[in-house]
Amino acid sequence: MSPATHAAVLVLVETDGGGATEVSRETLTFVRGLDADVHALVVGDGPSGLVDQLGAYGVSVVHHADGDAFTSYAAAAWAAAVVAAVGDATVVTAAGTPRGNEVLAHVACRLGVTMAANVVEVDSTSPLVVSRQVLGGSALEEIALTDGVAVFSVAGHACDPAEAETSTTPVVHPIDVAVSDADLRARVVRTEPGEPDESGGLKAARVVVGAGRGAGGADGFADLLELTELLDASLGVSRVVTSLGWRPHHEQVGQTGSRVSPDLYVACGISGAIQHWAGMSSSKTILAINTDPDAPMVTKAHYAVIGDLHEIVPAINEELRRRRS
Amino acid sequence: MSNVLVCIKRVPDLGGEISLTADAMAVDDSSLGHTVSPHEDCAVELAIQVAKDTGGTATVLTLGSSDAVEQLRNALALGCTAAVLVEADAGAFGPADVAAAIADVVRAHEAAGTSYDLVLLGNDASDTGDFQVGVRLSYLLDRPVVTGVSTLSVSGDRVDVRGSSPDGGTEIFDVALPAVLTVSEGGVEPRYPSIPGRMKAKKIAVEEVVPTHEPAGPGRRRLKLPPLQPSQVEVLGEGPAAAGAVVDLLEKLGVVR
Repeated sequence: MSPATHAAVLVLVETDGGGATEVSRETLTFVRGLDADVHALVVGDGPSGLVDQLGAYGVSVVHHADGDAFTSYAAAAWAAAVVAAVGDATVVTAAGTPRGNEVLAHVACRLGVTMAANVVEVDSTSPLVVSRQVLGGSALEEIALTDGVAVFSVAGHACDPAEAETSTTPVVHPIDVAVSDADLRARVVRTEPGEPDESGGLKAARVVVGAGRGAGGADGFADLLELTELLDASLGVSRVVTSLGWRPHHEQVGQTGSRVSPDLYVACGISGAIQHWAGMSSSKTILAINTDPDAPMVTKAHYAVIGDLHEIVPAINEELRRRRS
Repeated sequence: MSNVLVCIKRVPDLGGEISLTADAMAVDDSSLGHTVSPHEDCAVELAIQVAKDTGGTATVLTLGSSDAVEQLRNALALGCTAAVLVEADAGAFGPADVAAAIADVVRAHEAAGTSYDLVLLGNDASDTGDFQVGVRLSYLLDRPVVTGVSTLSVSGDRVDVRGSSPDGGTEIFDVALPAVLTVSEGGVEPRYPSIPGRMKAKKIAVEEVVPTHEPAGPGRRRLKLPPLQPSQVEVLGEGPAAAGAVVDLLEKLGVVR
């Protein structure tokens, strides 16, 4: 067996009530391709069972940073923890979430190195060359990370999360982090719960009913919302819909909205501009409903119905109700 | 009174398909219009609001070719009060280089008597998506930074900042000025330029700066496009008559409750 190209890769793990978040588990899966020991960093209290879960994903060392500096989020303090945990790691990664990209940008500044956001492929490990999403994922940029420590985030859905063939029993390593007052200058002082969300857990939805300009106005969503209810789906909209004030921004799918990858995306009255495509192109099946048979969304879809969504969606709803009864 | 510097970037206004230059190092934008990122539209809006609310100024800055004056004039037409063009080949500047060039302008203006309480940027540019110029700038200027900002409110020497939290709620920061903030779309509605605004914008002189910093570059080796897939769309029908075929498909996919 040839020696590993990289001694270790350090992954900043984000957690929720269920353990490591799905995108963090994707990142742990992705970095196993680097042929290096996988180390994880957990900041603050981790949920119970997290260490075992990380072991199942092949993590050999879990660095743990805890204390007053981490009771509320401060990106610079998290970055100080990452730097303290680097050790002999030559690659530092996190999921390409807002938090992951933010902390890694701080880390890159502290280490004086390049950072590549939203990587989807490793082209070469020596030298380390990666491909990352640009233009909202419509193109890839090949970039060489040849500084002493390579810092990159892993784009959502770059791979499916998968446990390692052989699980490990990680060594838990509490770390002392020197957090300065300057690191806490931008710190969360309080949080507020989100607004009631008719998008219904958009990012995790198995089915998304998408709506674009073809909805015709703020009052043009009744049939679409009924379809979301009948399919236990979430509503996602294009940027033009939020720009016109027809629906709130948190329902926006696309480059500057949510990225979704449901089993089914029903694109109703959406032309398929690159910026929207960037947010939903990883859907397993795409069904387009559009008056224009040459619209990019139609030609790129797996299935299509040609016509006015205001005639077609009510008919689908009626057929669903009829079969249910 | 708050002086705000808001940084924007001229980017291709993409339509349905992208093509690359012959050397694959850039998007072929010869037949495309240009714009700025949606995040930056919101950053400009916030800059104008802060300047008006506090009786301060809103200076817009970009790094790029002289063509980028078009985007500066647009921001002036909306209500920015001054503009700076850092004239350079943007493609030769990586995120660390851009941050260094902006920091040089901030320091030079400060030395000349104009300090900026806030520097606003878009959270990420819609072309390169680097997610780091704002953070790098904060380190160079030794100022606090918050990314992904939706709304903000300046009060005295502090700014109250709101942005999304990972669980879908809102995170609130209370940060001392001066500070660097990167703005995400969704918190404010950008305004449209008025005709008087456009007329006024034409008369404002754009300060031109030549960067002294030698760029290290973005590290780009090339751009790649995904292979074109032939259309494999299966048309289920036209109009409401296709409803049965659609529901058949939904059942086949197992998504009908």
